[in-house]
Amino acid sequence: MLMTQLKSKETIESLVAGKKVFILNCLGCKEIYFPEKEANELQKELSASGDVTGILTTDYVCNPDNLKLRLSKYQAEIDAADVVLVFSCGVGMQTVADYLENKRVYTACDTYPMPGFQGVTPLEYDCGQCGECYLNLTGGICPITACSKSLVNGQCGGSKDGKCEVDSNMECGWERIYRRLEKLGRLDAMKCPTQIRNYATDDETK
Amino acid sequence: MKITELFERGEFVVSAEVGPPKGIHIEHVVEEAKTYLKGVHAVNVTDNQSSVMRLGSLAVCKVLKDAGLNPIFQLTCRDRNRIALQSDLLSAAMLGIENLLLLTGDHTKMGDHPQAKPVFDLDSVSLIHTVKQLESGVDLGGNALVGEPPKFAKGAVVSPCSDSVDAQLAKMERKVRAGAEYFQTQAVFEPEKFIKFMEKAKQFGKPVQVGIIIPKSAGMAKFMNNNVAGVHVPDDMIEELKKDKEKTKAGITGVEIAARIIKECKPYCQGIHIMALGWESKVPALLEQAGLSE
Ligand code: SF4
Ligand code: SF4
Repeated sequence: MLMTQLKSKETIESLVAGKKVFILNCLGCKEIYFPEKEANELQKELSASGDVTGILTTDYVCNPDNLKLRLSKYQAEIDAADVVLVFSCGVGMQTVADYLENKRVYTACDTYPMPGFQGVTPLEYDCGQCGECYLNLTGGICPITACSKSLVNGQCGGSKDGKCEVDSNMECGWERIYRRLEKLGRLDAMKCPTQIRNYATDDETK
Repeated sequence: MKITELFERGEFVVSAEVGPPKGIHIEHVVEEAKTYLKGVHAVNVTDNQSSVMRLGSLAVCKVLKDAGLNPIFQLTCRDRNRIALQSDLLSAAMLGIENLLLLTGDHTKMGDHPQAKPVFDLDSVSLIHTVKQLESGVDLGGNALVGEPPKFAKGAVVSPCSDSVDAQLAKMERKVRAGAEYFQTQAVFEPEKFIKFMEKAKQFGKPVQVGIIIPKSAGMAKFMNNNVAGVHVPDDMIEELKKDKEKTKAGITGVEIAARIIKECKPYCQGIHIMALGWESKVPALLEQAGLSE
């Protein structure tokens, strides 16, 4: 079971300030506990004050085929936007970022773990439910699950030929992140302040 | 003495690495260090290097310090969470250890306890940040330290011949911003690559010690090419090691190669860091041939 919470209003506003935005909501699984009401209110505010090219509320964006189908009708709105803002769990966000690999895709949510049933994680995207989603700093590739050491401040010295030191069949997650940021013209994200994991989020004592 | 003071004085700083043994007897380690490493400014003590469990870095630092050497305490994030790391940093300061080399560390799977839990609560960048915070008299939890805070020379590593050198430079910048004051590099066998790297790295304004390994044989060189990240020994060097087996075995060829690399890199960096890997006895000859012994 997962739980998504909205990032702070200031954080979300800073992601989209002065930009044309396309908003994507995922209401796929009930296990997600999506904060629908708060998200709606925030999106209304964004629409009133900012430049929203379109809003799509759909389900299962974590399924690439489904995502492709849903987004196909909104291509013009997406093309017109500078930023795609995704309201979903970490897996959904990664799927969207990978599919729209030349777009700046940002998540508005943090994904937390909840005791009980663990949602089935489809395909190659994995979210460790770290509770402080880093995807906006990493081009939509999860550093928690794509890096063997779950590093959040960049590549260790262990990658060889683009492969991880731990497993020569696995691509180095930070190499992928760096290349993705480079492609998106977002290498400035590497200059963000030092990130320190907060494990207290696990029991909501954040 | 803080290694940063040496850089400030404009010294070309030489350090060498010592690996603690898997056991409690270190007399020979100390003897070797006293005999062969007296010409170096500082001695790094590795922290369970390659994720192989050994005698502790901090304890060996203290023993070397008492023997008159200037230790650099290597500290990795693999085995300790932020509480243990900060506690060890305070212990180091109390024992008079002034130099740090702060690393993420190899994964536990690389070593002799692959079943162990990899910690990585912090990483190299957040560890540097943590040291800085302790130096300001506050721990990472925001609690005040009692009495005078510690003060260290904060070192970090970078891999200049890595195939993703741009990602390495980005990480280096993060380390500088977090508070790193000097850098030691992964072993360099391709001075051209190192020089190119330094053209970009010099913008950060931090001293860099080029990493030097004395190649012991063609087999070792090939092994490193296949297994060690960021290290590449070019073919002509491997040929050179193959040519005269006796000379190579005696360490003469390796010392010649390493001395040549040092001379080529010297104008572009602020020091060298020697990883002798058991060949500590060759260090004096290497320094002599590189024109660094006095
Ligand atoms: S950074 Fe990764 S683990 Fe954390 S919430 Fe985002 S997708 Fe999940
Ligand atoms: S090699 Fe890459 S993926 Fe592997 S631990 Fe280092 S940074 Fe992470």
